[in-house]
Amino acid sequence: MTPIVSAVKVGKSFGTVQALSDITMDVAAGEVVCLIGPSGSGKTTFLRCINQLERFDSGALFLEGELVGYRRAGDRLHPLAEAQIAQQRRATGMVFQRFNLFPHLTALGNITEGPVQVLRQRPAEAAEHARSLLAQVGLSHKADAYPSQLSGGQQQRVAIARALAMRPRLMLFDEPTSALDPELVGEVLAVMRDLAERGTTMITVTHELSFAREVGHRVIFMDGGRVVETGPARELLSNPQEARTRGFLAAVLS
Amino acid sequence: MTEPAAVVLDSASALDIAQLRHVRPRHWGRIVSATCLLVLLALLVHAFAIGQINWATVGVYLTWPTILAGLLNTIIMSVCAMALGIVLGVAAAVARMSPNPVLRSTAIGYAWLFRGTPVILQLLLWFNLALIFPVLGIPGLWSARAVTVITPFAAALLGLGLNEGAYVSEIVRAGLLSVDAGQYEAAKSIGMSHSLSLRRIILPQAMRVVVPPLGNQFITLVKTTSLASVIEYAELLHNAENIYYSNAKVMELLFVAAFWYLVVVTALSFGQAVLERRFARGIARAR
Ligand SMILES: Nc1ncnc2c1ncn2[C@@H]1O[C@H](COP(=O)(O)OP(=O)(O)O)[C@@H](O)[C@H]1O
Ligand SMILES: [Mg+2]
Repeated sequence: MTPIVSAVKVGKSFGTVQALSDITMDVAAGEVVCLIGPSGSGKTTFLRCINQLERFDSGALFLEGELVGYRRAGDRLHPLAEAQIAQQRRATGMVFQRFNLFPHLTALGNITEGPVQVLRQRPAEAAEHARSLLAQVGLSHKADAYPSQLSGGQQQRVAIARALAMRPRLMLFDEPTSALDPELVGEVLAVMRDLAERGTTMITVTHELSFAREVGHRVIFMDGGRVVETGPARELLSNPQEARTRGFLAAVLS
Repeated sequence: MTEPAAVVLDSASALDIAQLRHVRPRHWGRIVSATCLLVLLALLVHAFAIGQINWATVGVYLTWPTILAGLLNTIIMSVCAMALGIVLGVAAAVARMSPNPVLRSTAIGYAWLFRGTPVILQLLLWFNLALIFPVLGIPGLWSARAVTVITPFAAALLGLGLNEGAYVSEIVRAGLLSVDAGQYEAAKSIGMSHSLSLRRIILPQAMRVVVPPLGNQFITLVKTTSLASVIEYAELLHNAENIYYSNAKVMELLFVAAFWYLVVVTALSFGQAVLERRFARGIARAR
């Protein structure tokens, strides 16, 4: 079966900073992959390359076998036009560290915006789907609330529902709980655990190692823009092979 | 460390104090200044009431057909020039924020040119365009004599609208800059194109910042239309002047015009307040 994500020697630099080098990995359908690593190791950049908020500048990245962001012409890769990039982006849902809900729209409006404006669904149909997603994230009673009237945990759950509304084939989470007060982390992780149990393919950048251990199928440890170590979640977390991984885990757990 | 206001000796007297009625603060300064202001205002009204001004004439000219026609022209010109200004201003602001350097420098050049010269000069230039281009048109398709195309209305609309657009573009740009970069990314992440995200996500949020200065700009424009009197556009002040040239009731007619400008500006201020509330939706604000 074609992997959902297939990265082959993906590289990305910001000027002189090499944010990603030679990232190679596959993510299979239904798999939950947790990305861990120190700050500045390129985790965010990798997620942003997958849904093309950044353009990687070497290597190749495939989503369900389709080349991301480029078109092959002879022995070269030409960047795609903006409209085609927008089209490809619909296959992935992104959840940001800082939620980034649309403040001028209600919770329901945030969720229906993409389906109605981008997928051209009928508003009634989109609203019905949105309500079922709100129920799924436990916020049926907040449909008409504006983001400013919601707690951080509630906002992040709406943001997850907003991404799901596009029926993505891959969900990307960039430290979804690190902007939350400690007592609100659990409710967001519970929603993500539920998604994982429903068979959603996810790549999650997280510092919640217990979540990674219990929900993650595979953990990838990155450092300095490279994949240092990858392995089954429990195995890698309890018995890391690389010294750098051990050092990082020791620092996070202390 | 500041001294405590009162030193409580024991819990019994603390309880006593807690029983006392709380008196609201008195603002003596406000009361005194308001009184002074009212007295001054009364003196001013009195001075004008006994001055050499014929209030009955003011009353008559308030609804004089020529005055009302001028008022209508002022409103039409304000609305048309503002509409043109908003279209140009939004386009220029979006161009200015674009990654495309051609669009960006065009927008910068536009704002530079039209903000850099007096409006009255721009009005005169448009009005006298026939002096350098006697015939306007697209070669082979359409052409017309400049004097027939560039009417006072057309010259005023071009002059005021283009100038307005340059100012509006800076206002809109400030609004666009006020929107968090995460909003662009969230809009992209649900598959929106650049133009769709501007229309649905970014501009509606920018409006909150844009409306107050835009309202201010509109109010300024209503009064700036009076400059179009130099190119024979029959707006309110122009018509008032024409009347007092013939009957010499200068002050009376200036009061009539002032009255109508105030009415229009007051109506606009209300409209602005409504818009501000409309675009504040969902935004919690700290007064
Ligand atoms: N927009 C950017 N411009 C310049 N450098 C960037 C930018 N985004 C990320 N970087 C750099 O790329 C590296 C990887 O960053 P990031 O992917 O955010 O790491 P992480 O998410 O693992 O903390 C860092 O050195 C960071 O400074
Ligand atoms: Mg990061």
